[in-house]
Parts: sequence; C-alpha cells; structure tokens
Amino acid sequence: MNNVLLEVRGLTKSFGALLASDDIDLEVREGETHAIIGPNGAGKTTLISQLAGNLLPDRGRVRFAGEDITALSAPARSHRGFARSFQITSIYRDFTALENVMLAVQAHAGHSFRFWSPARAERALQEPARRVLEEVGLGARAGVPGGSLAHGEQRQLEVAMALATRPRLMLLDEPVAGMGAEETQRMIGLISTLKGGKTIILVEHDMDAVFSLADRVSVLVYGRIVATGTPEEIRANAEVRRAYLGEEIAA
Amino acid sequence: MNIVLVLEQTLNGLQLGVMLFLMAAGLTLVFGIMNLVNLAHGSFYMVGAYLATTFYQATGSFALGVLLGLAGTLVVGIVVELVALRTLYERDHLDQVLATFGLILFFNELMAMLWGRAAIYATIPGYLSGHVELFAGLRYPLYRLVIIAVGLAVAGLLWFVVARTRLGMLIRAGASNRAMVAALGVNIRLLYTLVFGFGAALAGLAGLMAGPIHVVQPGMGELILIEVFVVIVIGGIGSIRGAFAGALIVGMVDTLGRAFVRPMLATVLSPSAADTAGPALASMLIYLLMAIVLALRPQGLFPARS
Amino acid sequence: MNSRTRAIVLGTGLVLLAAVPPVAGLFNQPFYLDLVRRVMIFAIAALSLNLILGYGGMISFGHAAYLGIGAYAVGVLAHYGIDNGFLQWALAIVASALVALVIGAVSIRTSGVYFIMITLAFTQMLYYLGISIEEFGGDDGMRLAVKSQFGLIDLNDGSAFYYLVLAILVLFLVLGHRLVNSRFGMVIRAARSNEARTRSIGFSPYPYRLAAFVIAGAMCGLAGALLVNHTAYLTPEFMNWTRSGELMFMVILGGMASIAGPVLGAFALLLVEDALSGWTQHWQLILGPLLVLSVLFFRHGLAGLLFGKNE
Repeated sequence: MNNVLLEVRGLTKSFGALLASDDIDLEVREGETHAIIGPNGAGKTTLISQLAGNLLPDRGRVRFAGEDITALSAPARSHRGFARSFQITSIYRDFTALENVMLAVQAHAGHSFRFWSPARAERALQEPARRVLEEVGLGARAGVPGGSLAHGEQRQLEVAMALATRPRLMLLDEPVAGMGAEETQRMIGLISTLKGGKTIILVEHDMDAVFSLADRVSVLVYGRIVATGTPEEIRANAEVRRAYLGEEIAA
Repeated sequence: MNIVLVLEQTLNGLQLGVMLFLMAAGLTLVFGIMNLVNLAHGSFYMVGAYLATTFYQATGSFALGVLLGLAGTLVVGIVVELVALRTLYERDHLDQVLATFGLILFFNELMAMLWGRAAIYATIPGYLSGHVELFAGLRYPLYRLVIIAVGLAVAGLLWFVVARTRLGMLIRAGASNRAMVAALGVNIRLLYTLVFGFGAALAGLAGLMAGPIHVVQPGMGELILIEVFVVIVIGGIGSIRGAFAGALIVGMVDTLGRAFVRPMLATVLSPSAADTAGPALASMLIYLLMAIVLALRPQGLFPARS
Repeated sequence: MNSRTRAIVLGTGLVLLAAVPPVAGLFNQPFYLDLVRRVMIFAIAALSLNLILGYGGMISFGHAAYLGIGAYAVGVLAHYGIDNGFLQWALAIVASALVALVIGAVSIRTSGVYFIMITLAFTQMLYYLGISIEEFGGDDGMRLAVKSQFGLIDLNDGSAFYYLVLAILVLFLVLGHRLVNSRFGMVIRAARSNEARTRSIGFSPYPYRLAAFVIAGAMCGLAGALLVNHTAYLTPEFMNWTRSGELMFMVILGGMASIAGPVLGAFALLLVEDALSGWTQHWQLILGPLLVLSVLFFRHGLAGLLFGKNE
C-alpha cells in the first residue's frame, strides 16, 4: 500500500454553466480501497466517468502507473487495467448472466475478429466466466437473462463484469444502490474479499459500506475535494460535517 | 466564363439555398423538438405545389392559389400528425423512418391518382414574370428574386420567433426538456401539432414556389428531400442557424458545381471526357462535401445538441 | 419454440423452395419459378441487411446501393465483352466491399439520425452517378449483353439458375448464423445492446461495425449480380432509395432477431406487392398504409410470431 497508482491533477469539467468537476486533485495508492463520498449532485459520477474514460475533462491530467492516460478512450483504459461498474445498472439485458461475463472475458482474451466458431461454446471464455459468477454469488443464475435478474443480482453482475476483465483498478459507482440490508451486507462482504489484491475506488452513499471497506476517504462537495483522510479523520472533520448538514448519514 | 454568368449562377445558388432552408428548417425543428425523423417531409413540398397550382388554375388568382395552397398544406400536415404520427413520438428512429416511408408511398400514389402520373405545369402570373435589370448587364428573373426575398424574410421571421418571443422560448424549452414544459402546464400536444403543421407549411411554401421552375409530379419531394438531409448533416441537426448555413452552402455548391465543373474540366480534359465526367462529378459534389464535413466535424457546423 | 422445432420449420421451408421448379414445370407455370427466384434474390439482399440492421442496430438506408454496384459490375464487364461469371461475380463482391468500406468509414463515426441520413445520401449519390453515365444507358439503363458464363451451369436454364440462387441463399443462411454467434457477432450484438457497457469492458465498436458493414455490402453485391442476371436488364433504379426502404421492410416484416426472418419478410413483402399490383395500378396507395400499420402494430415480424422473440 505505498506507490501511487492513480494520480489526478487539476481535473475540471463543465456542462455549460455547471461546473461539475472543479480542479480536482486525487491520489489513489496501489492496493487501497479509496471511497469517494459527498452530497447528491457533488459530481461523483462525473468524476468516475472521467476516470474511466467515458467523459473527457476540459482540463487536468490523469496518470495511471506513471503513464499519462488523459486522452485514452474507455476501451483503451480497460486494456490498461481499468474496470468500471455503473451507478445505473448497465448490463446486457438480452444476454444471460454467463454471456454477460463471457463478453467481458472475451474482450481480454485475444482478438474478436473470429467469424465462424460459436463464442458461447468456447471453454476459454466459459470457465473464467463461471468462476467469476461463483465468486460474486451468481453461480446458480448463470443461465438467466440479464433483464430477468433481480435488482440486487444485476448489481452483482455489474461487479462480476468488472472483475472478469482482471483489472488493476476497479471503479465501483454505488455498487449497493437500491439494495436491501441483506444484499448490501453480501456485497460489502464480496468487495472486502477483493481488498488488498485490487485497487478500488468506491463511490458510495451508504456509510456502512464506506466505513467498513475504505482505507481512505475523499469528500467531494460541489465538484471540489474538500478533505481526504482515513474514515475516522473524515468523521471528525468539521468542514465535512458542515457539508453534510441537512444530509442524512445512514447509520 | 464571364462575371455576369458567375453572378447569375450565384443568385441561382442563393435561390436554391433559400428553398432548401425552408425545407430544412421544418425538418430540423420537428426533429429538434419532437425527436421525430420524418421522411415524408418531402410529401408536404409536393402537396403544396399541387394544391397551389390547382387553386391558381381554378381561381385565376396567383395570390389566392398561394394562400389556399399554404392553408391546404397546413391542414394536411396537421391531419397527418393527428392520425399517423402521434404514436411515433415514443418509438425509436427506425420505426419512425419506416412508418414515414410508408406515408411517402401513400402520398405519391395519391397525387398520381388525383392528378395523373404525368407532370403538371405551374405558371407564373404576369406581374411576377419577366426580368429585372440588376447590374453589370445582368438580367435576372423577377420570380427568382421574389423567391429569394420570401426565403430570407421567412428566415428572419423564424429567427425572431425562436429567439425573441415567448412561443420561441417554449419551443426551445420543449427541445431540451419536454416533461418539464408539460409540467408547467403548457399543452405539449398542441405545441407539437402546431410545430409540425408549421414545418409542413414551410415545406409546402418551398414546393409551391418551386412549382413554376421545376416540374410538379409525384415523387418530386423525395428528390429535394435527400438534398435537405445533406443540408442538415452539414449544418447540424436541431439548429435553425445550422439549417440556414447548411442550406446556403449546399445551394451554392450544387448550383455553381453544375454550372462550372464541366467547363473547368474542359480546360484540362478533352471536351468529350469533360462531357461525361463533368455532370457526374457535379452531381456528386454536395455528397463529397458532406463526407468532408463529416470527416472533420461529425456533429455538423452548428449543432444544437452536443 | 426450441431450436429443434425451428430447425424442422426451416428445413421444411427449404424443401418447399426446392420443390418449386419441378412443380412449376409440372403445371407449366414458369411464372412462379421466376417469381420465387426473384424473391429469393431479394431475400439474400435482405439477409445481408439484417446483419447490420437487426443484429448491429445500424439503420442503413443505403443498402440498395450494393445491389446496384453488384449489378453494374456484371453488366459493365459484359458490355465490354467479359462474360466470365467467376470474374464478374468476384468483381461484384469486391467492388461492393470497397464501396462499403469507404462509405462505412465515414458514416459509422456517426450514429442515430445522422447515420440514416448519411447512408441515404451516399446511395443517392451513387444513383445519380449511375444516371449520369451515358455509356451505360444513363437513366434508361441497358440490356445485359449476355448472362454470366460459368462452365458447368447455364444461367439461361431457368431451373439451374433457380437452384444456384437457392444454394447461395442456404449458404448465406449458414454463414450468417455462424457469424452472429461467433466472437465477432457477439461484439456487434453487444455494441447494439449497450454501447457504453461494451466500451467499458474493452471493445471499441467502430472496427467491428465497419467490418460488419463491409461484409453486408459484399453479400448484397452478390445479390446484385444475381439480380441483373435474373432481370437481364441493368438500371440505376436498382439503387433507388425506395428500394433501400423495401429492403428494410423485408427485414422488419420478417423479424430482426433471426437470421431466417428476412427470408420470410422478402416473401411477405414481394408477394403482397405482386398481389396488390395485379389488383389495381394504385397498389402503393394500399401498401403505404399497410406498411405504416405493420410498423405500429407488428413490430416483431413474422419470425417473432413463429419463433418467439429471441434467436
């Protein structure tokens, strides 16, 4: 937990008159789980989108393992070791859970300009995909179409797809959004098994998840990072309390 | 190649540009506000031409023909919107393309059934025919000058309405957030119907003005519609300003190309080679232009949406 | 309906198609052989369009261009005395692929409405090009000097030509099926289903879409070569944009989520057109609203009815 894996400097993004990201500086160390919290509308998803390559910043730099990746597209970042789960569930509704994960595996298992052999029959894709599904707890639901899965299972599938690309850095955008208490605990358990091995940036509202998983926390308010520190430091920080005044911190 | 010829063709280009603008404005408004791709837009152009020609012949008054033609096209537009298009607003673009394609077949055949497949000839009234002495020995048809004037006037009117009036504000608001405007108590359905009707009327205006210059026959709308698509792609979807810029550019390039490519080629190639290659190249010019704009700026010159 | 039943239905359909020439001969009705052969040629074209439209989600309104290119490749070579079928048809395929590559390279960078308009515009450009070349008949077109010559098969023999078309149709059904289930096909379908997700897992859709566009164009070019041999006449009308619309309707009516759907769609549309045009000269007056209604109410197409909604 020492070298800086992801370094963000001066990241700025506006949508018309709205300044969604305001000169953001951020350092994420290798192997740490770094949570990003903040009130609604703070710009958390915008930040994640810029880190993942789905959105281009107006200004600023992003360095990953020493390399400047600011101009790299999302697919290119995926091949550098980025993986992302979306806040609003973004799976393939018409493909089965297994096929969803197989596609993620396929993207990193050689080239896909193969026109003849059925992809679904490839062991090299099936086996890793099944393993990942087991890992997230969806093993029994492999054959169910994504659109037919329960909401919590779809969130699990999101994480599975991120895992299947064997990333160095995972960007998880509100993984427990919309989940009940039991499912949330399961997801927290899953993510904690990933800690240490993977570097994780976790955007969350759920403070249970944040305080049990995060090694460090950054607080984003109106597009600016106002504080970074351990969960305990953040809890005690006066400015953070002020920012959250009126916001409920789920106990 | 003399200066008079160049000026004359430039004015022709302006005239074509202005007519393309009338069509493009309606199409882009409908797309920008209602997110509806309407392939049958060319049918309103055709209906306008047929109605105006028929009413002029029936009443003997050109002015009456124009008014009734416009009114008729407006009515047809509104009827089409109410009957066929309402359900398409929520559908995806593919469905809209296919359904409006079916409408094209219907309208073309309807005109053929009512007026026959052969072209009918529209005439210019006496007071609009003849030439005007401009400058440098250029005598230009009065009718075409009138078209240019009308087109520019409509462009100015549109700009004024959209940028300066409450209705224009509603239109712009409706384009960015439909649900919100509806929640504010504005009758969205009525707004849509009016916008659509207005767009149809603009197309009808272009059609009835074009009637005396080009022929009036079934299928005339589709030929110009595709040029209108090129205009919108070049200018940027959803933007009146883009439609105006794109229309003028396309009008100029197409007209000047058709007039001057062959003579220019003839200076470097043999006359017979220029005769074959010239018209072919000239007809492809605006599409090549479109390809270049797309390569450099895929969203068009003045896109309304980013 | 499971895949076994579906295989039986398809198999039956193919057997029926194979039976047309002898049956038509028996009742001395060569008209039906011609009709079904023409439908099959359009089915091949529609099948190729389905690859990019149904599976790829790319609303290409310019697919008829490749019918024209394929036809002109054959017709122009024949005009200059080159009647070797292998050469002609190879050119039809290659030329279509190249044009698709160029058009696709420019168009696929856009999406949505732009893509529709651009593909339409490029097709129209080719149409105007065809009209303006007087050498090949301009907008009147020209006769095909002589049909494509293959050593073994004589295309002037109606039945032999029919079976050749049927064989190509079957071949493309098989190729298409393998294609959409291959790694390549999965990427295309994923990109259509959820583009952001597809980019996030590491696929850049552009090269795959371009390749699909080229493959579809090449297949349609072959259909064009077949068509010009069938009609024995060559005209820019092959590339008319209304023809593109018809192809799209064949795909939709047949059902986009299945490889064989467009075959059903081609039969449905062309047989309806044939029946209506025999009834009244104003058949488009009826067809137009029929098409509108089919879009509004019949979205999943015939294959959707027969096979259920998924491939």
